[in-house]
Amino acid sequence: MGQVVVEPSAPAADERLARQSWARRLLARPELGALLGAVAVFVFFSLVADAFLRAESFSTVLYASSTFGIMAVGVSLLMIGGEFDLSAGVMVTTSALVAALVSYQLTLNLWVGVALSLVVTLGLGFLNGLLYVKTGLPSFIITLATFFMLAGGNLGVTKAVTGNVASDSVRDMDGFSSARAVFASDLDIGGVNVNITVLWWLLLVAVATWILLRTRIGNWIFAVGGAPASARAVGVPVDRVKIGLFMGVALCAWLSGMHLVFAFATVQSGEGVGNEFFYIICAVIGGCLLTGGYGSAVGAAIGAFIFGMTNKGIVYAEWNPDWFKFFLGAMLLVATVVNLVVRRRVEQAR
Amino acid sequence: MSGRVPLLRLDGVGKNYGNIIALREVSLEVHAGEVACVLGDNGAGKSTLIKIIAGLHRHDSGTYEVQGEPVEFASPRDALDRGIATVYQDLAVVPLMPVWRNFFLGSEKRKGFGPFSRLDVDFMRRTAKGELLNMGIDLRDVDQPIGTLSGGERQCVAIARAVYFGAKVLILDEPTAALGVKQAGVVLRYIVQARERGLGVVFITHNPHHAYPVGDRFLILNRGRSIGYHTKDEITREELTSLMAGGAELQELAHELESTSRTVADELSE
Repeated sequence: MGQVVVEPSAPAADERLARQSWARRLLARPELGALLGAVAVFVFFSLVADAFLRAESFSTVLYASSTFGIMAVGVSLLMIGGEFDLSAGVMVTTSALVAALVSYQLTLNLWVGVALSLVVTLGLGFLNGLLYVKTGLPSFIITLATFFMLAGGNLGVTKAVTGNVASDSVRDMDGFSSARAVFASDLDIGGVNVNITVLWWLLLVAVATWILLRTRIGNWIFAVGGAPASARAVGVPVDRVKIGLFMGVALCAWLSGMHLVFAFATVQSGEGVGNEFFYIICAVIGGCLLTGGYGSAVGAAIGAFIFGMTNKGIVYAEWNPDWFKFFLGAMLLVATVVNLVVRRRVEQAR
Repeated sequence: MSGRVPLLRLDGVGKNYGNIIALREVSLEVHAGEVACVLGDNGAGKSTLIKIIAGLHRHDSGTYEVQGEPVEFASPRDALDRGIATVYQDLAVVPLMPVWRNFFLGSEKRKGFGPFSRLDVDFMRRTAKGELLNMGIDLRDVDQPIGTLSGGERQCVAIARAVYFGAKVLILDEPTAALGVKQAGVVLRYIVQARERGLGVVFITHNPHHAYPVGDRFLILNRGRSIGYHTKDEITREELTSLMAGGAELQELAHELESTSRTVADELSE
């Protein structure tokens, strides 16, 4: 029994609460490791690369962070819900290709392509979720299969339609400029050039954090990742939550895809392969447990920021960018060990 | 007894998993303010019985009535809506989530409308803390992950949760199995308290010494069949114990152990 104390005096509880140190409380936050990592990476590149601290460098870093950060939001929520999506990287390309190819071939207003792409991409997310729920196979296998199918489909369809590995340019088509304003414009904020993707990224992080911490769905996401059988037993619709999470990844893929279309006007059909791992790395560095049930959207955002800083910092330091992946791998290793310690701490008193 | 409509009544209920007969012809009644004990060894069909009552599985034969109405639950949610709450052996808690989130999981209290509908965090924290205090559990912090609590504390959180959400029938799956003597005493006291409040309790256990003091009816299962269904005045603790342990089998075992110990004693004295 030990910890069960039968005592009627309530104030005693508050006393004991006050004694809990703030450091311990902070340690229990999933973002802590990432935050310390971000500070360390920032200080490191500030010291080794003079160009790193300039305003234009900062906007480049933010842009790189946002393009991966947008996807990391959906992927981190899915990971908290206990699943992986390996098809996330190529799904971005699929989403972009649908909008570009359909609009171009049928000479439609680009906004029609944008809307159609949203429907198709959400459908792909739904399909991932449905396959997972119906077969009961690990999401790793399901999305590995859809990853290859989408990667092949992207190339195959694009070549069949355009005779080329890239989509035709949609720059001169109706709706391009208005859609570009929404998905790929540059804004001037306090003298710093900020791409609109940064705003989309911050908005998504805010919404995801709200959902996770302050809504019923958020409670359910943690529950289906932490203990699906328990969640089901208390009446949480586990299957619907999981399908919803896969569709959340798809929504982020659509937003990223639209940025591709309107930033570059043509879409390379082979793009996106391998990016899924970067999204997962952002989420894990941000404190998401690989086993689910723990993590945060803010953490994933910090993870994406670390990713962006490292990606561009190596260029500013004038090192061989080949080393980028080495750094990324090392950080992943450190982050995973930190996560392991956190989880042990949480479960130690069993 | 026959004049009142029982909260829950099973009549000749059976369940097969493929060609395996997990449960056959089992009957059970639970009235308000009564504890019905289901006893049986491992593999006797206790778990199958609870899963049917709780709505996780559907029965293949017989009838299942809640307050006189035949039911076929599609999910545990349906059973909960009829006031049937189950506290599972694994307690159905999510170890990494805070105590208060676990307390309200699946039945979250919300405020606001439409897209601004959000969790009423203050209310849920306060309520979880208060309800646990009522049960004599004074938690330092309802924000701590429930995995950090002791087995007895977690058990009590799960029971308090079911009672708070207006359970009329409480199904307790081996609540005393993993606990020490003192902790088991606390849980048994809580079962009596629930009975006094007018709840019907289904108490699953393999320990007749836990069942006899709190129970009003006893259903003994063996290999998926009922081998005895008695009210308290029909059966003594000794009869219950021997019935539960399979009577003859236990005597045989006692003999065997006796002779073994005699041999050991003989060897030692030589």
